[in-house]
Amino acid sequence: MGNKKIGVFVCHCGTNISATVDVEKVAEETKKNNPGVSYTTTYKYMCSDPGQKLLRDKIKEEGLDGVVVAACSPKMHEHTFRNAAIKTGLNPYHVEISNIREQCSWVHPEIPVGTEKSTDLVRMMTEKVRKDKSLNAIKVPVTKRALVIGGGIAGIQAALDIADGGHEVIMVEREASIGGHMAQLSETFPTLDCSQCIMTPKMVEAAQNDNITMHTWSEIESVDGYIGNFTVKIRKKARSVDLDLCTGCSSCWQVCPCSKIKSEFDMGLGNRTAIYIPFPQAIPSKPVIDRENCILFKDARKKNIKPNDSKVCRKCIDACPIAPVKAIDYNQEDEIIEVKVGAIIVATGYKELEDGLYGEYGGGKYEDVITGLQFERLASASGPTEGVIKRPSDGKEPEIVVFIQCVGSRDPAKGCSYCSKTCCMYTAKHTMLYKHKVHHGHAFVFYIDIRCAGKGYEEFSQRAIEEEGATYLRGRVSRVYKKGEKLVVLGADTLTGSVVEIEADMVVLASAMKAQDDAMEIAQKLSIQYDKDKFLSEIHPKLKPVESSSAGIFLAGTCQGPKDIPETVAQAGAAASKVLALLSSDELEREPVVARVDRQLPPVFSTCIGCFYCQKVCPYSAIESEDIKARDGSVIKTVARVNEGLCQGCGLCAATCRSKSIELDGFNDEQIYAEINAVEFN
Amino acid sequence: MQIEERTKIGYYPGCAITMGSSSEEYGTSVLRVSEEIGPELEEIHDWNCCGASSAHATNHKLSTALSIRNISLAEQSGFKEILAPCPMCSQRLIISQKDVADDEKLKKDVEDAIEMPCNGDVKIINYLELIKNYCMDEIAEKKKKTPKDLKVACYYGCLLLRPPKVLKFDDPENPTSMEEIVEATGAIPVDWELKTNCCGGGFTLSRTDVVLKLTNDILECAVDAGADAIAVACPMCHANLDMRQKKIEKEYNRKFDIPVVYISELIGLALDLGPISLGLNKHFIDTESVVNAFA
Repeated sequence: MGNKKIGVFVCHCGTNISATVDVEKVAEETKKNNPGVSYTTTYKYMCSDPGQKLLRDKIKEEGLDGVVVAACSPKMHEHTFRNAAIKTGLNPYHVEISNIREQCSWVHPEIPVGTEKSTDLVRMMTEKVRKDKSLNAIKVPVTKRALVIGGGIAGIQAALDIADGGHEVIMVEREASIGGHMAQLSETFPTLDCSQCIMTPKMVEAAQNDNITMHTWSEIESVDGYIGNFTVKIRKKARSVDLDLCTGCSSCWQVCPCSKIKSEFDMGLGNRTAIYIPFPQAIPSKPVIDRENCILFKDARKKNIKPNDSKVCRKCIDACPIAPVKAIDYNQEDEIIEVKVGAIIVATGYKELEDGLYGEYGGGKYEDVITGLQFERLASASGPTEGVIKRPSDGKEPEIVVFIQCVGSRDPAKGCSYCSKTCCMYTAKHTMLYKHKVHHGHAFVFYIDIRCAGKGYEEFSQRAIEEEGATYLRGRVSRVYKKGEKLVVLGADTLTGSVVEIEADMVVLASAMKAQDDAMEIAQKLSIQYDKDKFLSEIHPKLKPVESSSAGIFLAGTCQGPKDIPETVAQAGAAASKVLALLSSDELEREPVVARVDRQLPPVFSTCIGCFYCQKVCPYSAIESEDIKARDGSVIKTVARVNEGLCQGCGLCAATCRSKSIELDGFNDEQIYAEINAVEFN
Repeated sequence: MQIEERTKIGYYPGCAITMGSSSEEYGTSVLRVSEEIGPELEEIHDWNCCGASSAHATNHKLSTALSIRNISLAEQSGFKEILAPCPMCSQRLIISQKDVADDEKLKKDVEDAIEMPCNGDVKIINYLELIKNYCMDEIAEKKKKTPKDLKVACYYGCLLLRPPKVLKFDDPENPTSMEEIVEATGAIPVDWELKTNCCGGGFTLSRTDVVLKLTNDILECAVDAGADAIAVACPMCHANLDMRQKKIEKEYNRKFDIPVVYISELIGLALDLGPISLGLNKHFIDTESVVNAFA
């Protein structure tokens, strides 16, 4: 392999490189000093069509079997040049990029320095190319089915898009109904169209789509496998109701005596029964028994008997008109089902910051201090007050409402350091909804900044201020306390430099959007990364915004970070298109840059000593154990094996291996040392 | 018997509550109560100003050195804990202790100035902590009087709780330690809103108008919540609510006439210690109604 004919192509990158690097000199020096480099040239834009043609032509004309392109980062165009090489019949893994732009021409203003460093970098890469071996893309079969975790707007949109593309989708939702937070909202900004009117049809569409299988009241138990071939276990929590038999006739929940349970859907502002559907438009429109609060289950737990043997209350089962077998089954147990999918979209959403964190605002202590989502329920036509704005404590119409923005957001000392992004807009919306319903009422808003970047957003918030008459005060609130029937809000108006004291009837906290409590667990189950705030991490914030750190797993919606509905829907569509692309072929081609555990002839079999340190460091759960067996089936040796489907080629295992039994294809020791040895130390 | 087994606690009175000063009834009652139910308090020998007010507003090193000298004296006497009933003192001592722990250079400068080492292993506690940690069982055991329907608003002010990350005492937004102690005396703590609001502190002299407004809000809130008395554990709070009360009434045209008592005085009354020995005759607003409730 030492006799490779190597061609070096130095790119000007316009003036990005050529302004501070003498590219002609680099080409010249390279040819002069590196035996084996048989051809060098420079070109203004190597990545352009003529540039790529030059590369292809010279590979053929000069009979090159190794190529170095000295240009920008391999992250940018390694793929481009390797593809160009494939067209000439050259194995793409004989093409390497020497990056003389990002950490070279851009950072060294003096031409001699940039030129010398570029020459060194090119020499290093020519030495590596000498050792490059042909690698062939790994082919993985694809299960043409997708899993969507979460049934909010992100999950529904992604599922619909995939289903419309002709593939099966399995949707898992942990609540009794799909719909998520969007189903709770009253109206949506910046158009004030009713959330229910745009959300519920989508829910119906998802439910009726033949390609979508829905598992509500279910959670992900475990995820194994790799891109194209995931095996997922789903826990279908005991609903106590047979979904096939139940018709959703409502007889059961109308007779349930436990009617004072706080409704989660109404954010605690309304009540529900123990056997219930979360909201009238729920899908499936079939109930679930809340076993924590149902008196029958409480009795069964106390007496340690099977629920069906308890005689405390059987009103719901008695009321069930289904015969001969009732649709209610008290003894139903959790069921674990296993599905095989080729791709996964995570759309697990967010939670609202707990109101107890801000004791000084009286959240959780005063009934009339409510959160943004609670206000949505108050303003919603399907909410506990049927859309009439009544304050929770005494049902009176509040005449002065104070809205406090950034409760938890942008507050690294107490809450979250990030901006929740939606609160400026929804608070503006809240003031409008309030003013539309309470004409003589007055809305005050305390804000840090008004951040309304989005199409039609700025106009919307200006409308709240100028046309709807909300009073915006720039400053923080220090305290909210009760004085008689009023809530005294103490704040600062930093524009006038004065202290403001408002006696309000109701206070609405624009509480931060936070990652779900179990976001870390789901990330661990999926072997994907999450950030300091427990939001799931995309692999590249700009160029790969929906890809997780594990191949075949994509992110949609607020599980990845705070975002509004339009952005969530766009991201869900993007994730779905990635999944569709993945499911479009029968086999997947994976880059063959994967780790490999050494195998040898008997009697050694492998130098691997089976310590499995590699397994501990692998972030992708790609290391498996394998028994090397004799013909009679007895185990000779247990060694590590890399699952090519899961391996992302990070090289941690190779660096960790104590017996030097793991090599990373494309970056093996020989190649790396060749590069290092090519550096001339002065 | 149990009390004798405990090590003595270093007592740091500070300027406000020491004998002969404006709030001596706080100090007197703290000592009188500890004589009765322990733990034994021993005054730190040769203590000096804690560096509050003027010193810490003008010279950080000086105010730290003043505080640390007291702590070093206590260390040398072998105390494991210092009680500083005045929250200005306890706050200054704790903050100074943290400042030298966090800053090697400051520690050295201060040690050079006071010519004593400072190890930083003495724990500084306020009066509520002392009672909660050592005296709750003793109060229950030795309580002789239970007041008849005495409703008390517990007022913490700011210095007992803030800054919360340094003081680490109780919930800064909704503290409940004083309520527990008031309950132990048999009085009834009322639920009210302004227990951690600012009383205006030292601005009582320079910006009396601001202080009158702040204290009026506090008094109004306590009275409206049905309190018969306000309990405090800070001489500054006491001065603003008690001494200024007549002026507040005049300014805002509302009669409060609500006694403001130290928590130590309330404990003393429950133990049936004489009102005069507790200094209850030294208040501006007559405390007779409180004393009589314990009759």
